[in-house]
Order: sequence, then structure tokens, then C-alpha cells
Amino acid sequence: MAENFQAITTRREEAQGFIERMVSRGLGWARKYSLFQYPFVTACCGMEYMSMAGARYDIARFGAEFPRFSPRQADLLMVVGTVNLKQAPILKRVYEQMAEPKWVIAFGVCASSGGFYDNYAVLQGIDKIIPVDVYIPGCPPRPEQVLDGLILLQEKIQAQSHKLIDRHPPEPELVRPAGRDLVSGVNK
Amino acid sequence: MSEFALQRIAERFPDAVVQGYSLHGDETLVIERAHLLEVARFCKDDPELDLKLPLSVTCVDFIDEKPRFELVYTLYSITKKHHLRLKVRVPEEDPVVASVISVWRGMDYWERYCWDMYGVRFEGRGPVKRLWMYEEFEGHPLRKDYPLRGRQPLIPEADVQDIYRGPGPGPGSPPASRPNPPRPSQLPVIK
Repeated sequence: MAENFQAITTRREEAQGFIERMVSRGLGWARKYSLFQYPFVTACCGMEYMSMAGARYDIARFGAEFPRFSPRQADLLMVVGTVNLKQAPILKRVYEQMAEPKWVIAFGVCASSGGFYDNYAVLQGIDKIIPVDVYIPGCPPRPEQVLDGLILLQEKIQAQSHKLIDRHPPEPELVRPAGRDLVSGVNK
Repeated sequence: MSEFALQRIAERFPDAVVQGYSLHGDETLVIERAHLLEVARFCKDDPELDLKLPLSVTCVDFIDEKPRFELVYTLYSITKKHHLRLKVRVPEEDPVVASVISVWRGMDYWERYCWDMYGVRFEGRGPVKRLWMYEEFEGHPLRKDYPLRGRQPLIPEADVQDIYRGPGPGPGSPPASRPNPPRPSQLPVIK
């Protein structure tokens, strides 16, 4: 508690921080209940994914309703099953195509650590190539475990700081040739 | 069926057959490498044998023996309902066998498999592509002298040292930090 008062703040800054915190909390609440998933299903854990997405366990109750089969429309990447070295560049590319903000769940031991496939062909956990938020153990995990992992991720999203306008660092300005009329395209 | 096929092929190709035996109902012929293609063609075209369905080609790596590899061709006859197994020994220095896809087109898959996993080359066909591994892979992973964890990643990998462990019992971690929800019997009674 004491370290919070080391810096002297004016009332204006405190008020701005308060509003930012409220906005962040609201955005976190909105984002954690509308996770659009991209299922990257490669192996037998996919069966468990289906039962979890189906009516009995019904991940839609937690707001993770839609599997979107385009990474550009998704913000939760679920890596379900074994990822081998031949497929690792594809997974990396799918992750890079997703728009911010994005989160990753490693579903099952193969995605988390390679599982018992400690051999020449299998990637030893997807965290070797992409950052992972929640690891769900199990071979395959029970649907309850997956829902528990999803709730963990929701708590994590709620605890993160969100901004209404998340500014990226400014892009370098376009260098235009000096003696050129941009409208007509004719060099002067 | 039993030894009928063995007799028939041994009479027809006395030079080609090294050994023939029938064990547990499996008829097996060990044949010379040079005569593989004609024996295969005879197996398919002979009306008494009629082995028109090629099941698989696989390879065995006897790393300590002198002809190191052994190719195993498993054949089946749909009309006669019998199996036959052909074996060919291949030395390590010159791992080349005549391709049988001119006899059975479906052996293409299995010859690619043998090239990919064991490095046995096949002559008399087009270039053999790898079946399962990627083209950048060097070596043949099912050879006994290939290291078990000889991974050849295509993209750079991070060295992950330690990860945060979430709630839940585990080695060296306290029990679950989230409180259990009360059972229905523990809830206060509302009148």
C-alpha cells in the first residue's frame, strides 16, 4: 500500500486514473463475455472440444459462443491437439493474422508440452512459438476442465488493463519524392 | 493355400528364391533383390496366385546385420482369399530396389513411405517425394541410428524455462486458492 503514495499525484491525475480504471473494467467485462474462438483442431482432443461446444457442456453459457473459422474474426485461439514441426509455421501464421486483443489457450497436454510425443516430429508445446495464456492439462481434458480454464482466462482478461483507443506507436511517415505532383503524378 | 504359392514360385524362379517358409499360416518368401520385379509381376498375373491387392510395403532396419534393411511386401488375393509376403534384403551401401508401381499402382504411397522413413530408394519410377516429413528435413527418422529427439524445427523456437502455475493441487503448490462453493445442504434455510 505504501508504494502507491510514493509519487505525489494531483487531483486531476487521480481523476483521470479513476475514469481509466472504470473504462478498463467495463471493457474487460465486455471482452471476457464475448470471446470468439478460433479452434485450431489437429488431433483427438477435437472430440472433447466438440462435446464441450455441444449442448451438454455448452461453452456458449460463458459467452464463448461462436467458433469463427477465420482468424481475423477471432480473439481466442484454442490450439486443440498435437502440433508437429511441419505444422508449426501454420500455427504461427494463424496467430499473427488474429487482430488485437487476442488470447491463446493450449488445450490438452500435447498442445501444452508435446505430451508423450517426445520424438523427432512434434513441437514440444506451442509456447515455444506463440505466447499462451491458459494451459489446460489432460489427455484429453474433461469438458469441466476446459470450462474451468475458460473461467480462468475470463478472470485474467478482467484483471488486464484495457483502453478504449489502444494507440500503436506512430507509423513512420511516408517519404514522398520532392519534385513530384501527387495529384497528377507528373514529375515537375 | 499353405505352401502352394511357395512351391509354384520356387519352381518358376529357382534362382530368385532364397528361402521360403510358412509360419502360423503366413507364407513368406525371401527373394533376391535383382529378381523382385519379375516375381512381383508373376504374383499378380498368374491366375492361380492372383495377388492383385497390394496391402503394404514396409521396411525393417536390422542395424547389426550385414544386408541392413529388409523390405516386406504384403500381398492379398481378393478372389482366392490368401496372403503372401515377399521379403527382400537391401544393403546399406546401396539401398536401391526396383520399383513395383508398374505392377501395382497403389504401391506408390508405400514406396514414398519407405524413402521418407528409411531412406530406401526405388528405381524405375519418377522422383520419390517424402510422404510425411517436410522437404527441409534431413535424414530418415525411422532408421535405428537416427536420434530419437532429433528435431529439426522450421521456425525459431523460444526456450521456455518456467511457467506460472494456476490454482489447483500440484507438486510444490498449495491447494486450490479459490474457495469451494457451498453445497446445497450448507446453504442457510430460508423460511
